[in-house]
Amino acid sequence: MSPLIQGFITIVVGVGGCIGYFYFSNLVLDKVIFPAKGPKAGHNINRANQIRPWLFLFPAMFALGLYLAYPVVGSFLRSLYNRSGDEFIGLGNYVRLFESPDFRTAFFNNILWVIFVPAMSTFFGLLAAQLTDKMKWGNIAKSLIFMPMAISFVGASLIWKFVYANDADIGLINALREMFGADRPVDVLQIPFWNNFFLMIILVWIQTGFAMVILSAALRGIPEETIEAAILDGANPFELFFKIKVPQIMGTIVVVWTTITILVLKVFDIVYTMTGGNFNTEILPSYMMKFMFRDDGLATAVAFVIMVVVLPVMIWNIVQARKEMR
Amino acid sequence: MADKDDGMAGQKSGLSWAVNISVVVMVLLWLIPTVGLFVSSFRDRDQISASGWWQAPFSVELSYRTRGGADAVEQGGIWTVTGNIFETDEVKDSFAAGESTVSAFGDSGRAPGQYPAGTTAEIGDGETLTVNADGSYAYTSAEDPGNRGPRIYFIAETPPEFTLANYRQVLTADNMDRAFINTLTVTIPATIIPILIAAFAAYALAWMDFPGRGLLIAAVVGLLVVPLQLALVPLLNLHNSIGIGQSFMGIWLAHTGFGLPLAVYLLRNYMVGLPRDIIESAKVDGATDFQLFVRIILPLSFPALAAFAIFQFLWTWNDLLVAKVFLPSDDASKVMTVKIADDLLGSRGGDWGILATAAFVSIAVPLVVFFTMQRFLVRGLLAGSVK
Repeated sequence: MSPLIQGFITIVVGVGGCIGYFYFSNLVLDKVIFPAKGPKAGHNINRANQIRPWLFLFPAMFALGLYLAYPVVGSFLRSLYNRSGDEFIGLGNYVRLFESPDFRTAFFNNILWVIFVPAMSTFFGLLAAQLTDKMKWGNIAKSLIFMPMAISFVGASLIWKFVYANDADIGLINALREMFGADRPVDVLQIPFWNNFFLMIILVWIQTGFAMVILSAALRGIPEETIEAAILDGANPFELFFKIKVPQIMGTIVVVWTTITILVLKVFDIVYTMTGGNFNTEILPSYMMKFMFRDDGLATAVAFVIMVVVLPVMIWNIVQARKEMR
Repeated sequence: MADKDDGMAGQKSGLSWAVNISVVVMVLLWLIPTVGLFVSSFRDRDQISASGWWQAPFSVELSYRTRGGADAVEQGGIWTVTGNIFETDEVKDSFAAGESTVSAFGDSGRAPGQYPAGTTAEIGDGETLTVNADGSYAYTSAEDPGNRGPRIYFIAETPPEFTLANYRQVLTADNMDRAFINTLTVTIPATIIPILIAAFAAYALAWMDFPGRGLLIAAVVGLLVVPLQLALVPLLNLHNSIGIGQSFMGIWLAHTGFGLPLAVYLLRNYMVGLPRDIIESAKVDGATDFQLFVRIILPLSFPALAAFAIFQFLWTWNDLLVAKVFLPSDDASKVMTVKIADDLLGSRGGDWGILATAAFVSIAVPLVVFFTMQRFLVRGLLAGSVK
């Protein structure tokens, strides 16, 4: 069966199954298990209403549990076993990782990514949001800066290959260098240490739009009175921005920052397509893919290290969410 | 007083100039890389490696190889072949478009530009070769050259050439058409299926009262940031053990699972904000939760549903990681991202025209979706991040 037809059938079965499940499970609950008639009608209605939320929740909770909650535990357990999965080796995989210089490089690079990418994206996003605010063609400018969000990491990497290429007739950077008198092209992706930053720029380029959109909405949400009062007090545009506006949107800046941080810890595509992890540009997600299909024990161990790095952000997010609900 | 006003106005317009210029610079910086890819995808392959895409509208100096005519004319023991190299069989297609000038020529592939145009070169065995800037050439030999014309190499200004040849090749010869369809096949079910599941759960979390609700919402927020990497090994093993293995079914399930936290979170945030009166008056009128959900909540939540659908669409279309792990690695089921990252970049690393075209084909659909549905996307982002 061709995948296309299979896909179509899956849509029909999936959507139909969903509607069918919700409709019939409600029907069964109301008519068969707790019918709203007879001597215990009132009691039955209450019982049915207690159970109903779980009917609504069950498919989502089941999928979430199986596809996201179980893997956290499953991955951790698997990381305690050896390559073939038949021998328990405790923290052996982790010891091997921390002894490996490649892992340390990946870990160190990942820290660079986590610091640099969210900081630069938020900075440029804030800059773009403030500059385009109240501008006539601001919306056009915004949507052009926002555009890279729609482009895949693979596509973005290819786009940037035309900037970084080691050839003055293809790569913009080398063309500019040639214009200023350099006699030989360089491969910027092979310059030790700094090549990491050339890779990070790609992600900054993608994420700036996201930061801009959210921060721009936050800037619009600042009460006009505070701004008018500051202008009346003689604040210049810079004071207005740094002392009045930025403090008021600090909460949003933190949200943007953490969202991008989480994303950085997932992206393996850029390193994979640009350098394949060579020239000391490995990061944890791409390092993990080295072991995927080869050594499940080590692969899950790397994944769990990523999880541990994400954990503080996760806890902070949950605390924030609970605060909002009160 | 008037002076002061002028001063203020002058300062203000100076600042607004600075702002305008900085925004122009920023937009250009953000746009230029993509424009480069777009332009390159339409350029002739030889031209791409001869000059940068920013020089695409200008002529390029390329080297050519051709063979002169064979109809030698004998005069006093010297055979002469004359003609115009732009009209010779091997290169005439390249110059069909119009005028060009020869800058240099030669008689070997190693030094195609050994002699400047307009000079007469002694090329050994009593043979001479002259090629002028306008393309006219003369070859003389002391012997009868027979019926094979002389080999001539030359370097000529070539007019800019834009072509769809790259697209033709990518879409027909490179299995990219297959990959395009595979991407669609992965994306559409993976976008549609999570929506309903998430919508029901979001409704329960927003408008139904039950013990443990707060805990469940917190769990969803927590799952929002679980790194995908954790899920790969355990789920692939699970899929293998229940017989799904690496297949389209597997990737649909995986994308559905991975998309759910965002879907539930976005939709719940949106549904909580729906007006309480409408929902309560419907309940008073005797609507069941199911009717309420289908007739009132779903239609009212359309913007949030659209926002999530766009997110999920972009994310599944652009995904490389999940496709690499959950789909088989044979050519028949490769999606575009895998195809580009593993096939084109690996084996055809140097073929820039094909790379640019393949990349552009893969980003064209998301770009269209992005520009037509930007409104929903922005609204969704805001619902997801700012409260």
